[in-house]
Amino acid sequence: MTALADAYATWSWNPVADLRQMWAYPFMVNAFRAGTITAVAAGVMGWFMVLRRQSFAGHTLAVVGFPGAAGAVLVGVSATYGYFVFCVAAALLVAAVPRTGRGRRPGAGQEAALTGTVQAFLLACGFLFTALYKGVLGGVTSMLFGSFLGITTAQVWVLLAVAVTVLALLGAIGRPLLFASVDPDVAAGRGVPVGLLSTGFLVLLGAAAAEASQITGTLLVFALLVMPAATAQVLTARPALSLALSVVIGIAVTWLGLTTAYFSDGPLGFAVTSYAFAAYVLARIGRAAADRAPRHVPVRVPAGGAA
Amino acid sequence: MTLAMGALGHPFFQHALLAGTAIAAAAGLTGYFLVLRAQVFVGDALSHVAFTGALAALAVGVDLRIGLFVTAVAVALLLGSLGRRGRADDVAIGSVFSWILGLGVFFLTLYTTSRSAGNGGAGVSVLFGSVFGLSSAQALTAALVGAGICAVLVAVARPLLFASLDETVAAARGVPVRLLGFVFLALVGACAAEATQAVGSLLILGLLAAPAGAAHRMTDRPLRGLALSGALAVGEMWAGLVLSYAVPRMPPSFSILAAATAVYAGTYRAAVWRGVTRPSRWVRRGRGPAVAG
Repeated sequence: MTALADAYATWSWNPVADLRQMWAYPFMVNAFRAGTITAVAAGVMGWFMVLRRQSFAGHTLAVVGFPGAAGAVLVGVSATYGYFVFCVAAALLVAAVPRTGRGRRPGAGQEAALTGTVQAFLLACGFLFTALYKGVLGGVTSMLFGSFLGITTAQVWVLLAVAVTVLALLGAIGRPLLFASVDPDVAAGRGVPVGLLSTGFLVLLGAAAAEASQITGTLLVFALLVMPAATAQVLTARPALSLALSVVIGIAVTWLGLTTAYFSDGPLGFAVTSYAFAAYVLARIGRAAADRAPRHVPVRVPAGGAA
Repeated sequence: MTLAMGALGHPFFQHALLAGTAIAAAAGLTGYFLVLRAQVFVGDALSHVAFTGALAALAVGVDLRIGLFVTAVAVALLLGSLGRRGRADDVAIGSVFSWILGLGVFFLTLYTTSRSAGNGGAGVSVLFGSVFGLSSAQALTAALVGAGICAVLVAVARPLLFASLDETVAAARGVPVRLLGFVFLALVGACAAEATQAVGSLLILGLLAAPAGAAHRMTDRPLRGLALSGALAVGEMWAGLVLSYAVPRMPPSFSILAAATAVYAGTYRAAVWRGVTRPSRWVRRGRGPAVAG
């Protein structure tokens, strides 16, 4: 116990020495690798999610990893399978809802009611699985809120493989998806398969959420999906730039969060969401100030906000 | 029937029934408006906020319910002030509530590390509820609060329906649309805080969305739908409580949600079968909640 207490590092204001000391532990190196992979995948998928105004669907896909993991533990297989099976199945279920378009319009409330029912029922299933399992409660907490300790190198490779697959598939459908997201009616008129693209996107989002769940926990995946993307889209309207910015902000808040969690021994989820939210708030304030400023004065918001 | 009679003999079941009925009625009525106004995501957000409120209260050491109600209602009003006419956009809502959830993790860590052992399950019980564990005083408070939410909602039901169906015309007729939006959000917050004690903060969404979604599918008429939504929620709550009593391995939160989902799935299948998955009649006539913004 004393050895452990001694191992707790204190921030010495010498960043090079501090980082070297932190990265001397293989588990921290793996945490940084996994966090970076997750942040890239979540940043890209989240960017499309925010653009398509599908936050609620995204949040639902993010949290249903919990019943998946709990069910997998109950039947005795690896939790990884549970995350992916449930997230992708929920994506197909949500995509099966007849969509009437985007935004607030007739029928939007009923779609949301279905999404909400799916989410709540699957979470209730997760609770049932944990109740049947009668396992240690710490397992539930780490499924919900994540744990960056004890990530193995094999897990990092699995994460990398999934992230590369998801991003490659997204790259293949990226241009028509962007078109269909910005103007679905015109895209449908030009012969773009809008419905199919929407389903495909939700499945990819589910896979990305399942991947991220294993690091951040199912309740905080949504933070990595929504906040970097929202910040990037506040800062710039140019698609390529804001997509890149979303990834950069995602990586920055993950790294800062990991470092803070390591040195303060606090919860990772709180650190990551706090940095991301600070970036978002600064971006909103900066945008409001820039809009209010006279046209000829170029007010540039520092990219990355607090990050 | 004998099962229900047997269950009613136990004080814990009486308390659960009393609190559960009031909570379900409040959630059913509130949920109807949430679906009508296409604000279900706000309900989702506030249910997560309720978790943070409860954990903050536990960590600081005050009554759980004070934390729940103060946090949920305050954040509900904050979300209202973020957007025009008391409606924030989804991205802003998502950013705010995921940070508040992160804050909840902080309080959870604070609580589990600062107090002595034996409270590791506190977070889980806030998340998933424990309706059979309510004391008689807690049940009575829950029933009174639930009845209060229902009463306020019924009192503002007509202007709120008007404002939800056609915001612009309602505003032109002198209905205080913005104020009603805030009052409604505060009621949603109170409802989320209230329901956390019964089904837990993660599962409130089901009580808000499922009975209301079913009622919207079963009738086009607003006042009838509102009553139906409340009645369905109460019925599902009773069915869930009895089911959980009959099958002790099944947690009540799950059986309540299972009953709600079954009813919703039934109406959904029926609607698909009848071919009426398109928006209901008054929506198609252009009087629906097709509000610009």
